[in-house]
Amino acid sequence: MDAIAPKGFIEVEHFHLAYPSRDGKVAAVEDASIHVRPGEFVSIIGPSGCGKSTLLNAVAGFLKPTRGSVTVDGEAVDGPSADRGMVFQQYSLFPWKTVRGNVEFGLAMKGKGRHARQTAARTLLGLAGLLAFENHYPDRLSGGMKQRVGIVRALATGPKVLLLDEPFGALDAQTRLIMQQILTNMWQHLKISVLFVTHDIDEAIFLSDRIYCMTARPGTIKAEIKVPLERPRLPEMMVSAEFSRLRQELMSLIREESLKAMGGEISAEAMQGLSIDLHGESLASIL
Amino acid sequence: MTRTSLQRNAVFEASQAEPVEEKISALTAGVERKPSVSAAALAKRIFNMAKDLRGFFLGTLSLLAFLALWHFLTAYRVNIYVRFVNVPSPEQVLDSAIKAFHDPKFFSHVMLSCRRILLGFMGAAIIAVPLGLLMGRFKILREIVFPVTEVLRPIPAIAWVPMAIMLWPTNEESIVFITFIGSFFPILINTLHGMTLVDPVLVRAAQCLGAKERAIFREVYFPAALPHIFTGLTVGMGVAWVSLIAAEMISGQFGIGYFTWEAYSLVQYADIALGMVCIGVLGLGSSAAIRGLGYLVMPWNR
Ligand SMILES: Nc1ncnc2c1ncn2[C@@H]1O[C@H](COP(=O)(O)OP(=O)(O)O)[C@@H](O)[C@H]1O
Ligand SMILES: [Mg+2]
Repeated sequence: MDAIAPKGFIEVEHFHLAYPSRDGKVAAVEDASIHVRPGEFVSIIGPSGCGKSTLLNAVAGFLKPTRGSVTVDGEAVDGPSADRGMVFQQYSLFPWKTVRGNVEFGLAMKGKGRHARQTAARTLLGLAGLLAFENHYPDRLSGGMKQRVGIVRALATGPKVLLLDEPFGALDAQTRLIMQQILTNMWQHLKISVLFVTHDIDEAIFLSDRIYCMTARPGTIKAEIKVPLERPRLPEMMVSAEFSRLRQELMSLIREESLKAMGGEISAEAMQGLSIDLHGESLASIL
Repeated sequence: MTRTSLQRNAVFEASQAEPVEEKISALTAGVERKPSVSAAALAKRIFNMAKDLRGFFLGTLSLLAFLALWHFLTAYRVNIYVRFVNVPSPEQVLDSAIKAFHDPKFFSHVMLSCRRILLGFMGAAIIAVPLGLLMGRFKILREIVFPVTEVLRPIPAIAWVPMAIMLWPTNEESIVFITFIGSFFPILINTLHGMTLVDPVLVRAAQCLGAKERAIFREVYFPAALPHIFTGLTVGMGVAWVSLIAAEMISGQFGIGYFTWEAYSLVQYADIALGMVCIGVLGLGSSAAIRGLGYLVMPWNR
């Protein structure tokens, strides 16, 4: 494994994307420039609707930039390809294929023989602790298991980069933590570049080498933050001073944008007037 | 934001006590263990079996009650506006059934009807399923074909009888054609409907795994539409029988529909009911066959 050289250099430069709408075009992302070096783990974080998925879908090849460029290893992205694996929030496993059938799909598309497919799929499923479920259909699996299959399926074709769009958004906190560890383990073994979209600050810090923070719509890159925490990352690090500092920094960046996304600053009077059940916390401390 | 991270912190603090690796193994161990049959599960299984048994029992009882009512109405020649005077009793029908089963002519009627269904229905399925799939995939084809099918669809198959007789050289062909017409539209419309419901995220997932147009069609669109295709086939089979029997009664010389009509003309009242029962059983059998096929073809849908 160690002989594998890191691969997959994602470069997005001056990326603009406008969606067609009733009154002309509406900008979703404006002038975003990001990069992911080979073998690097980079997260994009930002309020809902700021264009994170749009940016990721452009790297995947589903969307063409209105202006700007998207390249991987120097080649312009032109349509989706097995070189860029993707994991979706909605799991999106093929319900008519067994767990192993799902994992084998990409290999079959590459024209791999039955035996080679089976060996590769079973090895990967074993690593993810899913071998016992290889012949199950996805609807029998829990959310965490489904998403492990989703990750394994995306990795099975040996992509240069892995793109994940809020993959753990629908999972409970405990399962999330385990999934984060599984993902980092696999990433460290495979040495591929990862571009990870999330709106969870802790998740972004825990997983990433670097974090891009986006502004509210139309999204641009507001800040780029390095995460100097050593690897392997352990859950204990989440209570370290360094982690808290990063969290604080990201939180204040995100807060401004979330407020903007909600339609502007909320006045102090309005805050005091609210009487929502906050489970014993004051609203001011939450925002 | 702070609140969610506070909650998360609580999780992480708790997890310091037991390392995550242990949790992973605990998680996988937990899910990989074979479920043991507990007393509660056993009780539930027995309860379910009892419920199945009850369904079977009540079903049998209700069929017997139907036969008893039929017997009573005919044995006493009940005449309350609706006249049961000439209606054959279940015993008479059984007698004529036993006679018919020893008669090769009756069998040839049944076989011929089955053959017509098979030809008409299969022809419809072989054309309507691929057409529906292609129409679902290619908008231009849909725009060309859809107006025509929408105009022809409301015409009941039975209304095609005179036209069919003009169109086809033999009677046999026109009856098969009417069966075909009857089952064609339900199959087409349901297939098309299934194609519109395919989750676009699954198509994207396939594209990211290197699938090209043909593979996506074969591996995503087709299996995703299959449950709806089978709905179409079930409905289509029902309409095929309706159309066949009507066509046989109007223009046939053979077939179970003709047999039933002929029995009326020849004042063989028991044979009318025999024909009806026979049609019912054949219809039931053919839709069961399609259900069985669906069960085999879609193991994930069980
Ligand atoms: N297909 C589309 N057509 C029009 N507008 C869209 C489309 N997809 C997304 N948008 C808009 O673009 C913005 C960015 O969307 P998205 O990239 O999904 O944000 P995020 O993933 O950060 O929540 C949103 O305001 C959304 O309403
Ligand atoms: Mg999104």
